[in-house]
Amino acid sequence: MDTALDKSIVNIDEMVLNMGPQHPSTHGVLRLKLHTDGEVVSKIEPIIGYLHRCFEKHCEYLSYEQIVPFTDRCDYLASMHMDHAYSIAVEKLLDIELPERVEYIRVIVAELQRIASHLVAIGTFGLDVGAITPFTWTIRDRERVLDLFEALCGARLLYNYIWPGGVSHDLSPKFIQRTHEFLDYFETQILEYNELLTGNKIFIERTADVGVMPADVAINFGVTGPSLRGSGVDYDLRKTQPYSIYDKFDFNVPVGEGTMGTIGDCWDRYWVRMVEMEESIKIIRQAMASLPNGDVHAAMPKKIRPAKGDVYSRYESARGDVGIFIQSNGKNVPLRLKMRSPAFCNLSVLSEIGEGWMISDVITILGSLDIVLGEIDR
Amino acid sequence: MDLNKIFDSVSSIDGVELNPETNLIAVPSASLLAVADKFKNNINLEFDFLMCITALDNGDSKNFTIAYNFHSNKHNHSIEIRVSVADGEDVPSLSSIWKTADWHEREAFDMMGIKFTGHPELKRILLPEDWEGFPLRKNYEVADYYHGVPIPKDKSYWE
Repeated sequence: MDTALDKSIVNIDEMVLNMGPQHPSTHGVLRLKLHTDGEVVSKIEPIIGYLHRCFEKHCEYLSYEQIVPFTDRCDYLASMHMDHAYSIAVEKLLDIELPERVEYIRVIVAELQRIASHLVAIGTFGLDVGAITPFTWTIRDRERVLDLFEALCGARLLYNYIWPGGVSHDLSPKFIQRTHEFLDYFETQILEYNELLTGNKIFIERTADVGVMPADVAINFGVTGPSLRGSGVDYDLRKTQPYSIYDKFDFNVPVGEGTMGTIGDCWDRYWVRMVEMEESIKIIRQAMASLPNGDVHAAMPKKIRPAKGDVYSRYESARGDVGIFIQSNGKNVPLRLKMRSPAFCNLSVLSEIGEGWMISDVITILGSLDIVLGEIDR
Repeated sequence: MDLNKIFDSVSSIDGVELNPETNLIAVPSASLLAVADKFKNNINLEFDFLMCITALDNGDSKNFTIAYNFHSNKHNHSIEIRVSVADGEDVPSLSSIWKTADWHEREAFDMMGIKFTGHPELKRILLPEDWEGFPLRKNYEVADYYHGVPIPKDKSYWE
């Protein structure tokens, strides 16, 4: 009897490697099934759901006010953005006008949150390619933003700060002063990051020309946020469909230009986040300069009972386009709430752009997409 | 481009109707691919972004509505269309046109049990593959056991 393996049936060149769910480079409990031939990855299957807690089902049993802490926990690195996105959707459904001070406060905290979130993205991205020091630096500076938020509302990670109809606490003059101090300090820090990481030869070698995502692929997969802008697409909801009061501020939308390699490579996605932080500083400065006085609780409805109807609202979070779909039947709980999470779509492109690269490059590409599993699994 | 103009360019397709009260375009599932093709390729529409697919239970877990939200990056306009489907009926998959549909349709299948024909790999995405039932249906009841482990339903001890 012939016992030799029939190579046409058994693929002896391919090895299936499980990366995760517990792995330091998957940024959470994500499992990647890598089909590898030696060191080269031929196929990637992302397996998600390890953090699934059925947020959407919970929402069908909670009143509109009670949902805010749950949206906090979706994207736990940018909680303010999630609260803001949800609050805008509910306000659209209720059709209420907000006091101007509330809008300004929301923009200030949302942009501070964008800085904090991008700092984690940049730090962990450096960590993924082997740069340890930038991570400690970015976390140190993120801590300062968290200190500001702690002074503002008492919480450091999950704020429950932006509510439908307003915010929970007013800004104090001390907060404004401390924010100014932080921005002055942070501007000099960005220069240091650029010296330490952006222009670093090893960093450029590891990220430039790696994981190139062409613009048409990115759009077809629904990739949004800095990852899309890294591919050279000028698409930012704050500019194209301004919500809140973003049309009042002067800021630029950075896009990837292929400075170190090809347009849409990992370095471009990193660079877009870096420049976006500078733009956020500009927005915060302008907002604080023209902050009006007023009551922050004025528009807060006593009981939220929207009229029958549906709403789909969009928001530009640190990771991309958050969509909130709410179906209301006139009661104080939503009939159905669906969250289109940006990182969910951003992760789906990984199998397209990550194939053909080495395992270490797949980690780089995953890091450059900046995913948060809490939001993907919801 | 406003809603009426967008509707005019697809109104010739069989069964496509505009609801004047809710301003939504209703599309029968048989015409979905024709509408999608027009949305993607018509030079005046060019919806390159499929933003979101939301499966809605109409209340009795027998009839469902699927809401598709499109956006055109080039023309900066958006549209929402609705497809009604009964339990067990198939809906054509849009994953060959917009890759975003791939995971969103898997999620709709996972949570609401809607089957999409022509999908490359329609299986559960967020829940384990051996999960029973579709949790976002209104008639969903939590099972007593999962893999032999009792699921606590008495919440009195933490309320």
